Amino acid sequence: MMPPPLGKDLLGLEHLTAEQIVHLLDTAEPFKEVSERAIKKVPTLRGKTIVNLFFESSTRTRISFEFAEKRLSADTVNVTTTVSSVQKGENLVDTARNLEAMRIDMVVIRHPSSGAAQFLAERINSNVINAGDGTHEHPTQALLDLLTIRDKLGRIDGVKVCICGDILHSRVARSNIWGLTKLGAEVAVCGPRSLLPRGIEDLGVTVFRRIEQAMEWADVLNVLRLQLERMDAGFIPSLREYNRVFGVTEGRMAAAAPELLVLHPGPMNRGVEIDSPVADGPQSVILHQVTNGVAVRMAVLYLLAGGRPELAEQAKAGGTE
Amino acid sequence: MSVADQRNALLDARAIARALQRMAHEIVDLAGSTDRLVLIGIQRRGVELAERMGGLIRAAHGAEVPRGALDITLYRDDLQTVGPRPVIGETRLPHELEGKTVVIVDDVLYTGRTVRAALQELADFGRPARVGLCVLVDRGGRELPIHADIVGERVDAGPGDRVDVLLAEVDGRDAVELVRGTPS
Repeated sequence: MMPPPLGKDLLGLEHLTAEQIVHLLDTAEPFKEVSERAIKKVPTLRGKTIVNLFFESSTRTRISFEFAEKRLSADTVNVTTTVSSVQKGENLVDTARNLEAMRIDMVVIRHPSSGAAQFLAERINSNVINAGDGTHEHPTQALLDLLTIRDKLGRIDGVKVCICGDILHSRVARSNIWGLTKLGAEVAVCGPRSLLPRGIEDLGVTVFRRIEQAMEWADVLNVLRLQLERMDAGFIPSLREYNRVFGVTEGRMAAAAPELLVLHPGPMNRGVEIDSPVADGPQSVILHQVTNGVAVRMAVLYLLAGGRPELAEQAKAGGTE
Repeated sequence: MSVADQRNALLDARAIARALQRMAHEIVDLAGSTDRLVLIGIQRRGVELAERMGGLIRAAHGAEVPRGALDITLYRDDLQTVGPRPVIGETRLPHELEGKTVVIVDDVLYTGRTVRAALQELADFGRPARVGLCVLVDRGGRELPIHADIVGERVDAGPGDRVDVLLAEVDGRDAVELVRGTPS
């Protein structure tokens, strides 16, 4: 049976049930196969117009969404801050309403302010998908991380996952913590004290002060990108120092269990939070994450696009097969 | 299903077995031989039926006919109205369809919309020399110009009625039942 529908928008994982998250992951499975076909395209969203509205630069997430949209046959338009009128002072809602006036169906939004996706979702009729809002959530990234863990370990329940790095400013960490805990994983974090949110233990998360301890405990490491501007802001003394104390280095990896999985949402700072031999090594599933990203985003688009109950009633009267 | 629903058995396990035997024979006739024949079942019971008839063809002709499965969910024309399906099944097709005689297998033929979607999906995978359609039950009520080449049983079912095909692999027993709905 089908869990309660997602509704109009996907804003985060915080308000989804475990059942809904599992359904999203299950729906992503058949979409993996579509990307393996000679003709990597199905007509599911033919005639739908989707706007990728990016107020923050992002190559990988935008490309992944664009592939997902195109493989479902949707028409896509990319709007980024550098070419839009946002800089001229037009606000978020005006931009979206103008786009809506051109009869679009969905908006994928990336924005530096937490809550921007919800703010937009409450004001327009189109479906809104959060592709990262400030330090709040990045639900599709967490979903692809969950799918990758499930692919590799066969389950999520009971798996020990440690998220490493700048937890304080990370929407990836936040969405991952929601998703993982709902699906029964044990979650820990590890990073400099200055980059861990206060009271994170209240979310049921274990805190490791030393990366060696984290690596000994965990089945999965999700290594976050260290935003380089954190150094200027005084959160960490230097990149070298960070690598020495918290880096997932070749030496530390050699001492860890051979089945320890390493995830990274990208883009990586090689030699800072992760060393190249680890990123390119046999325990890294980073490229598998990228592949899964397209399938997960296809699943989200598919589930949000369909199912207008009022139309379903009409269809029932007409009868379908 | 309400208590008022009336279930009438159309085919029992023996009748289904007999029908499949005949249909398997007709499939080989239609293709001319087993050499270039491919059976493709539509998820989910069509896949089981194709599997069974593949077994019958093997027993009669000693040839293993390649099989495939097609889930047409992503090719439906009613996503807007009906909404996403609970589960999307696996699509797995033999590598080469070029020049083959493909027989699409499904349990029930009704409006023809599923077959339309299947033809469209199939075309994305290759260009068979010929495509045939084989169904266990043709219940009438077509909304598109589609007809089956091979039919197990024809039933005259009204728009409110339901034809349930039950298969041991999925449902624990073999039966075809007509469930009369209350005319609305």
